[in-house]
Amino acid sequence: MKFSYYPGCTLKNHAKNFEDSTLFSMSHLGVEVEELPRWNCCGTVASLTADDLIHQLAPIRNLIRVKEANSTHLMTACSMCFSTLKRANERVRANPTELAQMNDFMYDEETPYEGDVEVHHVLSLVRDQVGFKDVTAKVVKPLAGLKVANYYGCTLVRPKQVAIDDTENPVVMENLIKALGATPIEFALKTECCGAYRTVDSPNIVADKTYQIINSARSRGAEIIAVSCPLCAFNLDQRQEATLKYHPDFIGLPVVYFTQLMAIAFGCEENVLQFGLHHFPPKPVLAGKGLI
Amino acid sequence: MSRKPVSKAPAGKQDKSLDQPKPKARMVTVYIMGKRHVVPEHATIMRAIEYSGQQIIRGAGCREGFCGACGTIYRLPGDYKIHSGLACTTLVQEGMSLTQIPAVPMEKAIYDVEKLSPDVDTIKRLYPVVFRCVACNTCTKSCPQGIQVMDYIQAAKRGDIAAIMDLSFDCVACGLCALRCPAEIVQHKVGVLGRRLYGRYLAKESKELGARIKQVESGQFDEEYASLMGMDKASLSKMYYERDIEP
Repeated sequence: MKFSYYPGCTLKNHAKNFEDSTLFSMSHLGVEVEELPRWNCCGTVASLTADDLIHQLAPIRNLIRVKEANSTHLMTACSMCFSTLKRANERVRANPTELAQMNDFMYDEETPYEGDVEVHHVLSLVRDQVGFKDVTAKVVKPLAGLKVANYYGCTLVRPKQVAIDDTENPVVMENLIKALGATPIEFALKTECCGAYRTVDSPNIVADKTYQIINSARSRGAEIIAVSCPLCAFNLDQRQEATLKYHPDFIGLPVVYFTQLMAIAFGCEENVLQFGLHHFPPKPVLAGKGLI
Repeated sequence: MSRKPVSKAPAGKQDKSLDQPKPKARMVTVYIMGKRHVVPEHATIMRAIEYSGQQIIRGAGCREGFCGACGTIYRLPGDYKIHSGLACTTLVQEGMSLTQIPAVPMEKAIYDVEKLSPDVDTIKRLYPVVFRCVACNTCTKSCPQGIQVMDYIQAAKRGDIAAIMDLSFDCVACGLCALRCPAEIVQHKVGVLGRRLYGRYLAKESKELGARIKQVESGQFDEEYASLMGMDKASLSKMYYERDIEP
């Protein structure tokens, strides 16, 4: 099955490490992905306004592009893009009148949207299409001894109708990490919000969240945190500097995308990992385990 | 939406008898800024405005579809859509109701292109408004050049400078996109920034250009240039039209 790959804007610049490690891992797993031509921003945040259909155009237009690429399956790595695209998809599937209104507005598109594209996240795709047994079989460098706290944040598991796993206690990332040979660490705040866009106007709120989340993971013995969202990554990693200002006892942890851990286990070159984009350097802990 | 002017061929009847008077141009009724005028059907919007007795002072420039000074919006009978076109290259149609928009007010970012970096952070600093785009595509619908305007604004949002350059290349900066954008983005100015960033930082260096500049500076063409400057208009014109043209 061919998947249309939807990168999202951030994976093209500040989260290039997410994109490179995703594409490397998909290629290693033999999953055929091709970047969608003419994709646009997903809309960034799923609009909750009931009568404001214009904010649903961005995600739905991307689904039209999938059809134009002769595909019916879209894969994305960013959990924010995933959530926005999937929620819009579910919304128009349930509301044919809204979909008709939107298609009518988009008369400039040659292909109307009919709810006929499936939106996948890399995590659910690896679980359902590849299978963790096959993942293990493809591992060339097991992540032996690495203790990983898997942070889901909000958008992978909420709201329920687009969740890729159990809303209260998701395990898909833990199972993937286990398949890669690492040790998943359970911690209480794995589905806590990172503070999201409050990082723009109130970094202190995010500093508090980062303090709580990282401390919770540290207290359980985690050595590294895996995420699947560039905004979570920014708040948990880049905001550690601000966190230290508000909480002088803060120690911190390296934060990586789960795809970077996949790429390491699949034997990637170090340039794929783009460690230059990280705030807390992940290299020492990984090198300490002989992984890079 | 039809992007190119559609010229209506005259009806097939051709009366070859020489004593007949030449048929008069067929006329159509148009509404220029709300006022009814009867103008020849083969006229461009610009010619129709002048035919109606008005002199265009601001809304005309090159008259060849390149300068973007004559952006015009219009509607047609029985059609809810707002169409756009350059007045100099768009033909009138029966019942067309039109208004010229010679200038679109906006603030452009002031920057020194030597002090920028070709990435999303530059876009964010100089034109943060692009992040208001909701992908409604109204800019693309309104472009008289048929440019995928929304696609290059989306490229700007992710810092793809080369794509901005490629997609916006044919922009004539009429500004109609910026006027219709519900997110109040100044698309054509973002296009200019993208093309400047591309030209300054990303374009491949042309070896041939360097070699030619050296030739010019060494005076290799001085004599030829002087002789051209000394020619009269007729011989210049003859030379121009007889020049070698690459197929």
